[in-house]
Amino acid sequence: MNGIVSIRPLLAILVSLCITPLLASSRNSNIREAWTFFAATLKFLIVVSMLPVILRGKDISFTVVHIMPGLSISLRVDALGMIFAIVSSSLWIITSAYSIGYMRGLKEHSQTRYFCFFALAMSATIGVAFSANLITMYMFYEMLSFATYPLVTHHQDEEARISGRKYLAYIVGGSIGLVLPAMLICYGTVGSLDFVPGGLLPPETTRGMAIVLLLFFLFGFAKVAIMPFHAWLPAAMVAPTPVSALLHAVAVVKVGAFCIIRVITQVLGKEILSLHNLNLLICLIASITILVGSLIALSQDEFKRRLAFSTISQLSYIVLGVALLNPKAFIGASCHIAMHAFGKITLFFCAGNVFVATGIKHISKMRGIGKRMPITMLAFFIGSLSVIGLPPTGGFFSKWYLLLGTINVHSDIFLAVLLISSLLNAAYFLPIVYDAFFCPEEESQFEGGIKEAPLWCLIPTVLCALGSIGLFFFPEIFLKLSKIALNLIGL
Amino acid sequence: MKEQFPALIVTVPLLSSFIVSISGWVRRSLCFYITLSVLILINIFSFSILNQVICSGVIQYRLGGWEPPWGIAYHIDHLNALMLCVISVVSLLNLISTKKAVERDMEEKRGAFYTLYALMITGLLGITITGDAFNLYVLLEIASLTGYGLIAIGEDRAVLSSLNYLYMGTIGACFYLLGIGYLYIVTGSLNMVDISHILPSLYNSKAVMVAFVICMVGLWIKMALFPLHGWLPNAYTHAYASSSSLIAPLMTKVMVYVMLRVMFSIFTPDYIFRYINPGRMIVWLSISAIFFGAVMALSQKNIKRMFTFIIVSEIGYMVGGAWIGNRVALTGCIFHMVNDALMTLGAFLFLGILSHNNIDETFDGIKGLTKRMPFTMGAFILCALSFIGVPPTSGFFSKWYLLLGAMDAGYYGFMLALIVSSLINVILFFRIIEAAYFYGHDASEIREAELFELVPLFMVVAIILIVGLLNAELVQYIIDPAIPKMII
Repeated sequence: MNGIVSIRPLLAILVSLCITPLLASSRNSNIREAWTFFAATLKFLIVVSMLPVILRGKDISFTVVHIMPGLSISLRVDALGMIFAIVSSSLWIITSAYSIGYMRGLKEHSQTRYFCFFALAMSATIGVAFSANLITMYMFYEMLSFATYPLVTHHQDEEARISGRKYLAYIVGGSIGLVLPAMLICYGTVGSLDFVPGGLLPPETTRGMAIVLLLFFLFGFAKVAIMPFHAWLPAAMVAPTPVSALLHAVAVVKVGAFCIIRVITQVLGKEILSLHNLNLLICLIASITILVGSLIALSQDEFKRRLAFSTISQLSYIVLGVALLNPKAFIGASCHIAMHAFGKITLFFCAGNVFVATGIKHISKMRGIGKRMPITMLAFFIGSLSVIGLPPTGGFFSKWYLLLGTINVHSDIFLAVLLISSLLNAAYFLPIVYDAFFCPEEESQFEGGIKEAPLWCLIPTVLCALGSIGLFFFPEIFLKLSKIALNLIGL
Repeated sequence: MKEQFPALIVTVPLLSSFIVSISGWVRRSLCFYITLSVLILINIFSFSILNQVICSGVIQYRLGGWEPPWGIAYHIDHLNALMLCVISVVSLLNLISTKKAVERDMEEKRGAFYTLYALMITGLLGITITGDAFNLYVLLEIASLTGYGLIAIGEDRAVLSSLNYLYMGTIGACFYLLGIGYLYIVTGSLNMVDISHILPSLYNSKAVMVAFVICMVGLWIKMALFPLHGWLPNAYTHAYASSSSLIAPLMTKVMVYVMLRVMFSIFTPDYIFRYINPGRMIVWLSISAIFFGAVMALSQKNIKRMFTFIIVSEIGYMVGGAWIGNRVALTGCIFHMVNDALMTLGAFLFLGILSHNNIDETFDGIKGLTKRMPFTMGAFILCALSFIGVPPTSGFFSKWYLLLGAMDAGYYGFMLALIVSSLINVILFFRIIEAAYFYGHDASEIREAELFELVPLFMVVAIILIVGLLNAELVQYIIDPAIPKMII
């Protein structure tokens, strides 16, 4: 493969790692936030500066240290990693702005710690995106788990403690208990852990071994929240909303999905999976998660919990799309990383806006809120359109390609799963919007007069909503990257 | 000058202990500085020896110019040199970190403490460097006896614990001596290299086998391998932090080193893996050690006591790694020996900081610690990640080698034990972190530990990270040459 060696991927990771001492030592909160913006912008620029090379079909690699024969901590930027890196680094800038509005609006304690660990978590996220092999990915995956723990448990009360335990039990338990042995088995049989287009494992891998490895990886990377390893995600909603927004709709969960894509396409490989019909097994598990997740979301009254279950179901779209082993579905899945990210972060921001402005956490208490917070609820409407997959939002494209993929492989069942799930998505999002705007005057729980969230919260929300619409008109960048990734991986 | 370092590294601390002792009568404050300068010298010696070994291979040194097998000969290979460095670094960092605690806890006995400190280092360095089986016993006794003394200085119950340790330790040392006696009867030699040359013709001798078994049991008592660990938890818990943070990282690890020495330098890999081959049994023993240590650690309320059981568990890692008998696992074993010394030092320095700041070593005592001592806690958390085995800390890589070696050899039980114990470590350490983070966070302002306590702790963390990132070099240039070539 033609690639260039450059230190830029490492710089992109280190930017936010190196900024933490500055954040921690800032006396003044304005200076601290300035540093955050500086780091976020710099990170975004470094990531974007690598884009032209990637678009030319090349990749950028950098080896940090060698560990043992066939094993090294090394980075490689390819199209797939680029999609994820662009999404998470651009959304970090927006979330930083939102964090300022939210944290100051609610006068949260320990804001310095919050911003420090946020920066650390972003380092780890970009690290996962740019990993060239399983062990590097595992390293950043673990780093992300531990860096997000103080964010999830930010409130430091009893509820946060219990949720934090659940979070670690699922995520660290999965990675040490399942992924680590699976990596050992891979290394023991192949002598390398590099991502290889078409699959690292030799085609003659036995069915039993393939099943074990697949299940270990699929459930071990518990951040992707495939049922029954999903319970940490709703629990993690005790976190402040910006954390839920960026980490639990974009970074953390997408890291899980990203790891699964890598494992399915570049470790296990198409050949082994289709030979033993294992891709159907993955599709089945993913479909169950999609449907059950959506159904549970219907019954949730707490705003953020409903979004959490929606995320669980949407993540499995990505898994399903990759596991169909079809070019169209793959494009859909990799675009869904980006499209869902913009849609879901908008929804979380809206939930946060409602909480900051009114202190309300439950959907049943939000009737008529559209008259009080019209901009927020309009953004919410756009975001939910994107998650449902309707034009004119970016979510339409990824879902369109996913559906095309299921038709291409003549799989009516999975086509039905996607369509039913879209209906369910509409069923749990649109009533919120309807009740917000069109509830009768006497049923409205709010008095008249517009009282929106602070500007620092509102502007990022609007930006993200506009982003969702923008992606409908200009999806080329992600589509193109997906196609390049597809060529490299060769499904 | 350089060629005399192997002799100086033992004689300098030995002689300095007299000076420390005398200055304890004259001016107590001098004791620390004399010990400090001696330890700095020792660091120079040991790193220079390591450098020589890496550059020009094994060093042969004859004490007093006497020819072996009559005189004492040093046969310094990579393993010796590596352990020398570990011992000198750990003892130096610990000395600096515990200065104020020693002043406070044992004002009157400072002279005695530093004398014992220097003597203990003499013993440990001597054990590590010597190539003579009997000389090793003598130095083992020096290290142990000073260890009993250092522990007995501690709290009220320390005397009893130390007595218990003394009984067990003496039995262990006697076993070892008995084994060497058997070997001397059949071979007529005490020099390790010499014995290993004579032994192959005697492989079928029952006396040799008995000698081997007795030596091993003796060493297992000294290194606290389950079920011979009974002395360890009490001894380490009741000692003062300044003593236990010296003994806990070093004593058991040096005993693992002696075990490797006995296995591979006195007896040969050929003998232990082909003629008697008790590997499978011992690996199962180590698996039970890992589980026992982990479960007992879970049930402790006192954090220091919890760590003593983690040591029991970690000893299982190393013994298992040594007895799996392939190159990868043995790499893991030696690597983990280094790591465990560092991680345990980190953990016990943390405990030392707690006790120096009058914080109870219980889960109640450390409430609000992340707020109160963010830097100390941060360093401790990095140590904890190494215990758990999170890359890029060094703990991950040694565990990786151990797991890989176990998989190659088909010891799936050992793999399971390692993974389960990593998971239990997550619970153990996050219980501490939870207690420090969730409760009392709104109470007190920052009252961080003093700089001389923090710097060594951060040095430990830095070394853990550096060793982790540069593990390829460490394995290639030091650990791999330390393993006998016969082992594949």
